[in-house]
Amino acid sequence: MQPDISIQQVSKIYSGGFRALNNINLDIQRGEIFALLGPNGAGKTTLISIICGIVNLSEGRVLAAGHDIIDDYRAARETIGLVPQELNTDAFETVWDTVSFSRGLFGKPPAPRHIEKVLKDLSLWDKRKSRILALSGGMKRRVMIAKALSHEPRILFLDEPTAGVDVELRRDMWEMVRKLRENGVTIILTTHYIEEAEEMADRIGVIRDGEIILVEEKTRLMAKLGKKELRLHLQVPLEKVPHALAAEPVVLSEDGYELIYTFDAQNEQAGVARLLRKMADEGIDFKDLQTRESSLEDIFVGLVHENKP
Amino acid sequence: MNIYAIRAIYKFEMARMWRTLMQSIAAPVISTSLYFVVFGSAIGSRMGDIDGISYGAFIIPGLVMLSLLMQSISNASFGIYMPKFSGTIYEVLSAPVSYVEVVIGYVGAAATKSVLLGVIILITARLFVPYEVVHPFWMFAFLVLTAITFSLFGFIIGIWADGFEKLQIVPLMIVTPLVFLGGTFYSIDMLPEIWQTITLLNPVVYLISGFRWAFYGVSDVHVGISVGMTLFFLIACMASVWWIFKTGYRLRS
Repeated sequence: MQPDISIQQVSKIYSGGFRALNNINLDIQRGEIFALLGPNGAGKTTLISIICGIVNLSEGRVLAAGHDIIDDYRAARETIGLVPQELNTDAFETVWDTVSFSRGLFGKPPAPRHIEKVLKDLSLWDKRKSRILALSGGMKRRVMIAKALSHEPRILFLDEPTAGVDVELRRDMWEMVRKLRENGVTIILTTHYIEEAEEMADRIGVIRDGEIILVEEKTRLMAKLGKKELRLHLQVPLEKVPHALAAEPVVLSEDGYELIYTFDAQNEQAGVARLLRKMADEGIDFKDLQTRESSLEDIFVGLVHENKP
Repeated sequence: MNIYAIRAIYKFEMARMWRTLMQSIAAPVISTSLYFVVFGSAIGSRMGDIDGISYGAFIIPGLVMLSLLMQSISNASFGIYMPKFSGTIYEVLSAPVSYVEVVIGYVGAAATKSVLLGVIILITARLFVPYEVVHPFWMFAFLVLTAITFSLFGFIIGIWADGFEKLQIVPLMIVTPLVFLGGTFYSIDMLPEIWQTITLLNPVVYLISGFRWAFYGVSDVHVGISVGMTLFFLIACMASVWWIFKTGYRLRS
């Protein structure tokens, strides 16, 4: 199947000589939710801005829904909706007018029914006659999303959609993103909140210093790089890891009250049982135990700092 | 052609005018009326005719030009500067629109406002000074052509400006002096010969002269030259806009 977005050898060199993106290759499939993770300044927004036509690319090419974003920019851009990171809204326009404006700008005939639906879905219907400057930050964020959805895009970019957004809106937004996906919309989101990617994404790409360092299905990524940790709270503190357990990947906490056993989430099923048997043989009692799976956040932090020059 | 986009931008900009009615229509009408009261009625009654035209009537074309230029430039420059300032420009840049459509939307709206304003000022002037228009068609053509040309010029300033100060500099520091020294209040024949020559370097002279010809059939320079100069400036502005969008100057990094 033809990818919905195809980024081919894209580089961006700003006029000052700064290389913001370096030879990016990435395909995003129709109907998937793709999360682009990366630290500040890694190039996430630059990449999105290039695809949407806000920033010129220096090298390479990008296809959106099969259309070259430069040679065939009209067809390409018609398919794309963008919710930028900054809350850039008009101030004096009403919600209804600004959303209708966006639809027109993207070359679609007026469709009050559709606008009504978008506003209702985003709980903006009551505010449709309000001027934007009178809205709260969260409401403005909803307006930005409504604008992006006004022209029924088949590809939606969400650049840090939940930055500075309260819990309720974040939940609403996740719900909305899932609904859009059910309708076949391809969604690319960038985020700092790894739990967001963990919650929603099908695939995850990690970008660092303008290069994509990893693209993987979320579940595979978490399985592959995820670690599990078993913490055993001991009845009596130990001075050092007993000889019998030396072969196991076990460490002792500083106070000697905890044994920490780390293992691969996938591979080792027998390890825990073996460890516990050995401990019983040694007569080491524990009063409590805890297991913890590493989150995407741990994986991410590990990746971003790994091999960093 | 993305007609819906042109319409959306045009409508958006016109809505801005209705919101700022005091600033965009009332203020220029009041200030122009003051000129008519002071120079037309009060002082004008003590001045002799120029080229057989009463002084009050003589200054009308120049004063209309003054408002037209100022408002065209400030309307169009604000129209494109504000989205840049507030960041909403991202939407226009990411939309499936060509630069021609963007320009038609923004400049078309600014020019419409200026023409409306010009007509309102002409009607207001009639309250203070009796005048006739010899070539109404050409008068209106000049009005529209000037409004479009200077709205385009304003659009360029709006893109070039990176602060509110720069937006004000051109209308206040360049256009106003050029209009005042461009024969609004006097005929160029009245100047010493050396100044007549220097004055011909002022592009506004050609605008006012042509416009006055449309009103009264008399002009400082031949009307053909006036039309030619205006078209030349229009084409120069179009070329600049084409270059701006081709290179992404101050729009796309």
